[in-house]
Amino acid sequence: RSLQSGCYSSFYLFDLQESESENKLDGETASDSESKSEFGGSSPVPTSDDTPEVLNRALSNLSSRWKNWWVRGILTLAMITFFFIIIYLGPMVLMTIVMCVQIKCFHEIITIGYNVYHSYDLPWFRTLSWYFLLCVNYFFYGETVTDYFFTLVQREEPLRILSKYHRFISFALYLTGFCMFVLSLVKKHYRLQFYMFGWTHVTLLIVVTQSHLIIHNLFEGMIWFIVPISCVICNDIMAYMFGFFFGRTPLIKLSPKKTWEGFIGGFFSTVLFGLLLSYVMSGYRCFTCPVEFNNDTNSFTVDCEPSELFQLQEYNIPVLLQSVVGWKTVRMYPFQIHSIALSTFASLIGPFGGFFASGFKRAFKIKDFANTIPGHGGIMDRFDCQYLMATFVNVYIASFIRGPNPSKLIQQFLTLRPDQQLHIFNTLKAHLVDRGILGSLEDA
Amino acid sequence: EVDLEERLCELDLRNDSDVPDVPPPTDSTPEILKRALSGLSARWKNWWIRGILTLAMISGFFLIIYLGSFMLMLLVLSIQVKCYHEIITIGYRVYHSYDLPWFRSLSWYFLLCVNYFFYGETVADYFATFVQRREQLQFLIRYHRFISFALYLTGFCMFVLSLVKKHYRLQFYMFAWTHVTLLITVTQSHLVIQNLFEGMIWFLVPISSVICNDITAYIFGFFFGRTPLIKLSPKKTWEGFIGGFFSTVVFGFIFSYFLAQHQYFVCPVEYNSETNRFVTECEPSELFQMEKYSVPPLLQAVLGWETVNMYPFQMHSFALSTFASLIGPFGGFFASGFKRAFKIKDFADTIPGHGGIMDRFDCQYLMATFVHVYITSFIRGPNPSKLLKQLLILQPEQQLSVYKTLKSHLVEKGILQPSLRG
Repeated sequence: RSLQSGCYSSFYLFDLQESESENKLDGETASDSESKSEFGGSSPVPTSDDTPEVLNRALSNLSSRWKNWWVRGILTLAMITFFFIIIYLGPMVLMTIVMCVQIKCFHEIITIGYNVYHSYDLPWFRTLSWYFLLCVNYFFYGETVTDYFFTLVQREEPLRILSKYHRFISFALYLTGFCMFVLSLVKKHYRLQFYMFGWTHVTLLIVVTQSHLIIHNLFEGMIWFIVPISCVICNDIMAYMFGFFFGRTPLIKLSPKKTWEGFIGGFFSTVLFGLLLSYVMSGYRCFTCPVEFNNDTNSFTVDCEPSELFQLQEYNIPVLLQSVVGWKTVRMYPFQIHSIALSTFASLIGPFGGFFASGFKRAFKIKDFANTIPGHGGIMDRFDCQYLMATFVNVYIASFIRGPNPSKLIQQFLTLRPDQQLHIFNTLKAHLVDRGILGSLEDA
Repeated sequence: EVDLEERLCELDLRNDSDVPDVPPPTDSTPEILKRALSGLSARWKNWWIRGILTLAMISGFFLIIYLGSFMLMLLVLSIQVKCYHEIITIGYRVYHSYDLPWFRSLSWYFLLCVNYFFYGETVADYFATFVQRREQLQFLIRYHRFISFALYLTGFCMFVLSLVKKHYRLQFYMFAWTHVTLLITVTQSHLVIQNLFEGMIWFLVPISSVICNDITAYIFGFFFGRTPLIKLSPKKTWEGFIGGFFSTVVFGFIFSYFLAQHQYFVCPVEYNSETNRFVTECEPSELFQMEKYSVPPLLQAVLGWETVNMYPFQMHSFALSTFASLIGPFGGFFASGFKRAFKIKDFADTIPGHGGIMDRFDCQYLMATFVHVYITSFIRGPNPSKLLKQLLILQPEQQLSVYKTLKSHLVEKGILQPSLRG
C-alpha cells in the first residue's frame, strides 16, 4: 500500500511539472527540439545519451545543434546503407530483418505500457505478452508457410499434420494463454491487468499483422517491398528538408515541426522519386519476379518471365504536358503508373501514421519510443509511417494487381471430394470451351 | 488539465477497493411482474423473475429458429450491435468522456466499417449468383477490400484530426477500447453467422450447450455446492462445475440426436436465386446418417448393449459440449474480472434480473470461435463454389494450365475416364 501511494504521489508530481512544459511544447515552430533536452527529466524513463564514443569524439568541437544534425545525418546514411546490404543479401534475410523489427517494436510499445502503469510486478504479465506474440506469429507464419512452401510441407510428415490442423493448434495455443490470463487475475490489480491485456492485443494488432502484410508484399516481388518503403523514407527526408529551408505555415497542432511547405514539397519530390526508382528497378528480374521456393535447391529463387506490368510500353503524353516536356509519347513501365498511386499515398496519408504516433507520445508524455538509434529514437519512431503503407500496398495488390494464386487453388481443389472435383472440372471445361480457349473436345 | 490528469491517476493507480462503486442500476422489472410477485419475499421474488425471464428468452429463441435463418442472422446482428453499445457505454462512464469531440460518431463509424468488411466477404461467397446479375454489386465486390480499407482509413484520419490538446490520453484510451471491443464482438458474431450457414445444427447445439451448462451448473451449485471454484466468481463451485459438465455432455448427445434427423437443421443454408429465399434442402452428409458403433467393453457391462446406432455428429457434439463446460466458463470469469476491475455489477440493465445482453453472451464468444475453428479443421473442406469463382477470375493461360493439371490428377485417380472426349 505504501508503494502504491508513493507511485501515486510521484505520478501526480510528474503531471504537475508537465502542465508547465506543455505550454512550451505548443509555442514551438520549425526550429528543432534540442532545447527540450530538459524534457527527459519529466518522462518516466530518463533518456541517456546513447551516441557511440567514436562519434562523440569526432564531433566534440562542433556546437550542440550542428552536432545533433550530424549525428542524425550519419545515422540516416548508416541505416540506408544497411538497407541496401540487406536487399543484396536476398529475401530470406529480408524476412528475418522484418521479423526482428517487429519483435523490437512490440517490445518497445509493451515497455512503454509497463512504464505508464508502473506495472513491473504484475504476476505473469511479461511472460503472457511474449507468449501471445509467439502465438500470433505462429498463426501467421503457418498461414504463409503453407502457401509458399507447399511441396516442402507435404513431404515432411510432422509438418503436414501441423499444417492440416494449423488453425486448431493456433487457437488452442491462444486459448491456453487466455486461460492463464484469467487464472492470473489478482484481486488488487484487476484493472491494471485488463489494461495491459488490452494494450497487448492492440499492439499485436498493429505490429504483427502489418509485418506479415509486408512479408506478403515481399513475396509478390521485391519491388513491392522496396518502392513503398523508399517512398516513405524519401517523403520523410524531403519534407524535413523543404520544411527546414522554406517552412513557414504550421501543418497540424500535433506536430509543430511539420509545415505545409514541407508537406507539399515532399509530395512532389516523392512522386518524382517513385517514378525514377521504379524505372530503374523494373529493369531487373531479381526485383520484379515473385519470390518462389525451389524444392530442388531448397532456396529462394527470383526467376521468371516478367509480367506485363514490367514491360515497356508507349504512352501518349496528355496535351497539357506535351508543351512542357516536348515529347509526344514516352516509354514507361505500367508499374510506374502504380508507383504514382503508391507515392501519393506515402506522402498524403502516410504522415497520418506519424501524427498518430506523435499524439501517442504526447498522450503518454514520452519523447521517443526508446533509445535504440542515437539521434532518432527507437525503431518504432522510424517505422510509424510504414505501417499504414504496408497495409495499403497489400490491399492495392489484392484489389488491382494480383488475381488468385493458381497453385493455391489447385491445392484447395485436391482436398475436395471426388464428386465436387468432377463438378468443378466440368464447369471449368465448359467455361474454357465457351471462351474458345479450349479448341475442341479432343484438344486437351 | 491538472484536474483531468488527477482523476486519471485515481482511476489508474489507487487500490481498487478505494474507488467508490458505480451506483446500482435502477430496477427495471416490468410492472406486471412486480404486482404478480408482490406477495413473495425478496429472495424468492428475484428467483422467480430470473426464472420467468429465462423461460421468456428460451421461448424467444425457439420462435426465431422457427422463423428461419434470415431472422437468426438479423438477431445475431442486433445482439452484436447491442453488446458493442453496452461495452462502449461502460468505457464512456469509466473515463467520464461524454464530451470528447466526435467520439461517439467515430465509434459507430468504425463498427459500420468493420461490419461492412465482414458482410462483404460473406455475401460475396453465399450470394454469388445474386451478385453476378447486378452490375453495381459486381463493382463493389471486386474492389471490396480496397473500399473497406479506404473507409477505415477515413475514420483513422478523422481520429487523428480530432485529437484535442487536453484529451490526448483519453482519446487514445477510447480508440483502443473501441478496437478491442470490435475485435471481440464483431469478429465473433460473424463467426457465429458462418457457423449458421454451415447448418443450423452447428449454431443451435453449441449455444444450447452453453446455456445448459450455465443452468445446470447453477442448479448443481444451488443444491450441492460447497467448494469454491475460483476467487473471481465466489458463487461458482466445483460441484456445480463437474455436475454441469456431465449434464451438458448428456444433454448435447440427446439434443443432437433429435436435431440430426431433420433436414431443416442439418443442411447448409443456401440462397436460391430463383425464389429469392434461403433454402435448407440437401442430401444429408455422412455426419448425419446413422451408423453402428461398437460399444467399448467397459460400457457394455453398464449399458447391456453390444452395438449402438448413433449419428457421427454425436461424437462431435461430445467435443463441443466438453469445450462448452470446461473452457466456456473462462469467458464468464473474464467478464466477471472485467466487471470487478471497473466496479460495475452488470454490463447494463436490459434484461430484468439478468443484467445486460453482454452478461448473457459472455460465455458464447469463445464457443463461437471454437466451433468455427473446429469446423474448418475437422469437418469442412474448402467451399467449392468459392473455388470455382476464383478459378473463373484467372487469366486464360492460367486457367488452361490449371485445367491440364486438374485433368491429369483426375485421370490418375480414376475419377475421370481417359478418353478422346476428354
